[in-house]
Amino acid sequence: MRGLAFDIAHLLAGGMVVVSFLLLYQDRVYALLNVFALHSLVLALAVGWQAYIQEAHHLYVTAGIALIFKAVVIPTALHRIVQRLGIHRTLEVVGGVGRDMLAGTALVALAILVMLPVTAGADALAREDLAFALAVVLLGLLLMVTRQNAVSLVVGFMSLENGLVLAAAGARGMPLAVEISVAFSVLIALIVIGVFLFRIRERFDSVDMQAMDTFREGRRK
Amino acid sequence: MSEEVGFAIMPLPLLLSLPLVLLAVGGYAVAAAHRPGCSRLVYGVTLTIAAVTLGLALAHLLTAAVPATLALPLGLPWLGAHFRLDALSAFFLIVANLSGGVASLFALGYGQHEHAPERVLPFFPAFLAGMNLVLLADDAFTFLFAWEFMSLSSWALVLAHHQDPANARAGYLYLVMACFGTLALLLTFGLLAGPDGGYNFAAIRAGQPTPGLAALVLILALLGAGSKAGLVPLHVWLPLAHPAAPSHVSALMSGVMTKVAVYGFIRIVFDLLGEPVVWWWGGVVLALGGITAVLGVLYALMQHDLKRLLAYHTVENIGIIFIGLGLALAFQANQMYSIAALALTAALFHVLNHSLFKSLLFLGTGAVLTATGERDMERLGGLIHPMPWTALAFLIGAAAISALPPLNGFVSEWLTFQAILISPELPQWLLRFLVPAVGALLALSAALAAACFVKAFGITFLGRPRSPAAARARETDRYSLSALFALATLCLLAGILPGLVVDGLAPVVGLLNGGARLAAQYSQPWLTLVPVGEVKSTYNGLLVLLFMALSGTVAAGLIHRLASNAARRGPAWDCGFPEASPATQYTAGSFAQPIRRVFGSIVFQARERVTMPPPGDSRPARLEVELHDPVWERGYAPVANAVVAISTRFNYLQYLTIRRYLSLVFGALVLLLLGMVLWR
Repeated sequence: MRGLAFDIAHLLAGGMVVVSFLLLYQDRVYALLNVFALHSLVLALAVGWQAYIQEAHHLYVTAGIALIFKAVVIPTALHRIVQRLGIHRTLEVVGGVGRDMLAGTALVALAILVMLPVTAGADALAREDLAFALAVVLLGLLLMVTRQNAVSLVVGFMSLENGLVLAAAGARGMPLAVEISVAFSVLIALIVIGVFLFRIRERFDSVDMQAMDTFREGRRK
Repeated sequence: MSEEVGFAIMPLPLLLSLPLVLLAVGGYAVAAAHRPGCSRLVYGVTLTIAAVTLGLALAHLLTAAVPATLALPLGLPWLGAHFRLDALSAFFLIVANLSGGVASLFALGYGQHEHAPERVLPFFPAFLAGMNLVLLADDAFTFLFAWEFMSLSSWALVLAHHQDPANARAGYLYLVMACFGTLALLLTFGLLAGPDGGYNFAAIRAGQPTPGLAALVLILALLGAGSKAGLVPLHVWLPLAHPAAPSHVSALMSGVMTKVAVYGFIRIVFDLLGEPVVWWWGGVVLALGGITAVLGVLYALMQHDLKRLLAYHTVENIGIIFIGLGLALAFQANQMYSIAALALTAALFHVLNHSLFKSLLFLGTGAVLTATGERDMERLGGLIHPMPWTALAFLIGAAAISALPPLNGFVSEWLTFQAILISPELPQWLLRFLVPAVGALLALSAALAAACFVKAFGITFLGRPRSPAAARARETDRYSLSALFALATLCLLAGILPGLVVDGLAPVVGLLNGGARLAAQYSQPWLTLVPVGEVKSTYNGLLVLLFMALSGTVAAGLIHRLASNAARRGPAWDCGFPEASPATQYTAGSFAQPIRRVFGSIVFQARERVTMPPPGDSRPARLEVELHDPVWERGYAPVANAVVAISTRFNYLQYLTIRRYLSLVFGALVLLLLGMVLWR
């Protein structure tokens, strides 16, 4: 049983890394949102599985929050925002999938190289979990750095946050209050970002960051 | 026995609750600064609280009570806030609250003239509370917190009149230097606490630092406490910031806050660091003290702004105190504890003295400022006629700071010289040469200080008014006068009864000096001061006073007796002023000129230039003096220029795109992680 539990936890956490890679090469906004929903779903499963094997019942709450908000509410809200902004047809110019994939692979290797020696004392499950979580965080950052579209930026940020939750679930003894407050902060971030997206759109007729940049005042070369 | 313990533990909670009252009053003043009586109320409360604190500290010191400690569950959760009242903190509490109380008394009158009370009233009690808390702190966190609180509240007071661009610059420089000093202290405590993080002073005392670490702590403590105290070359902010504040605050900053900095240095080096003293430590502190004393007084001589002149004299006196401390370190390193006790007594005595006469002089300047609105000596003069009492008090303060007997300044400098005269008994040749050299610097600075105060008093109070404002001056109010005379009386008392002060200091010296202290002086006949032995040297202030009074009376009597009453006729002597214009008088610049020619041409690269208009041109000839501040131009300006150059270079970082910023964060993270992997 112990072996199977470990394998499943490993599978789910690894699944998150794989889905993060899927996020990296989506060039359509809707597809990006769908993959993000999948990302959150895998997160919910991973956290739920952790709750089961750690017998930490408060983690079920975390899993529930991930499932309801991140897998359903936030993607739906973003869908509607994208629809109302009318940018569902825009193609994201991804700088080169191969380049991003290579960079992502390097980041995963880096995460493993950093985490495994540091957590030498901890049990194998937490070690794997932390390494995968760091990889997800780094991939989320990579997504934010390589994309032009503001919506992609939001998705990158949310996936990064998913990585944090994965790390929190893997580390035993994380109080529930912390997780709930993190979840709420993400919700509030969504609302703020949503408002901002509309405001930006009103002012600049675009949510392309490159376009916005040309309007900045006091720019010096 | 149980009674004794009960008495010892009692005062500390009371002492700690008093700053809270001060803070509450400050909070009230935020809301009510403009109400009519608020100024009286605030200063009345600070006066009362300073008096109570003074009484408690005095009782602790005189009964030589055992140190009281108290731990409160405040501050860092795993550390708490620790407080301790021992002889050292009791002595400095006396110094702080004596000046604090008198400054409050002065401000009862002076504060009425404040045109921006909302910028002064809330911060004055907070400043006093901060200083008291520094003196009571018994762990590094509480100490640094109180230290920063003190710095920031005094910074707010410096900026009380912030419309003046000079004050704004002074405030900025003060803030930068205060941050630098606190950083040095932070590192000091970090080194002292060690990797286990024993930030409690009791744990630090118990630890045994290695010699290298201890030397580093000494240097950092010199930087941290020295920048607050005004040691050259860290003094640059002091002569700008101290005069910028209202005068009663200047008195506190110069008279007390620099002493709190000295307290920090003594606490760290003599108390926390403990025994492993190496002889060159004393040499470093001595040399710095000597340079500070002479440079401070030379700067002061070049000043014509009364408050700035006083602020530079603070630098000088801090130098004298550090000379005493350096001597004590040098003697302690050679196990000559009885002589180290002498040097320490001298330094602590000078701490008390300087707080007394520097507060007196700043308050006197405040009185002049209210009466005339002028700080520039070149626009004052003749004030002894409208303000005779202020002039008398200022004269006593000036004589005391010039180290003239029978006043207090003489006693502490005399004691310092006694310690210097014993220096040939030191085994290290370098110290044997260094100490007499520093002694010569000390003698030079004392003489120059006297010259400087002849100038300050003479130009301000004697002669004829140099501006209409000075001619219209009126004597200051009764609160201010009583404050001035309280300090003047204390200066005189400490001068003629030095034995009592030395006995009062004995427990403090014993605490810092492994138990060794000076012999009790009260048993000496005629209240004579005998620091080392009767064969070496003695001083009796009372006798000097009696002699001066007697000889003065006899001389006056003789002159009255022998001089003839017959009327004499002669040519009218015009006192050297053929014209009635006050511009024909001696000026502050003319007083300073000989000394500027001797020292200034080397130290300040002083250049004088006379521009004569060609014949037929009706413009007057002009004498221009050009001075360079060596410390600023060689030490600070290059650093400031480098900072500006680097920030200009990196200014473009302020105008990046969001993606660039994200990439920077991302890159930094990846780099650090890579570093972690490779370094391991």
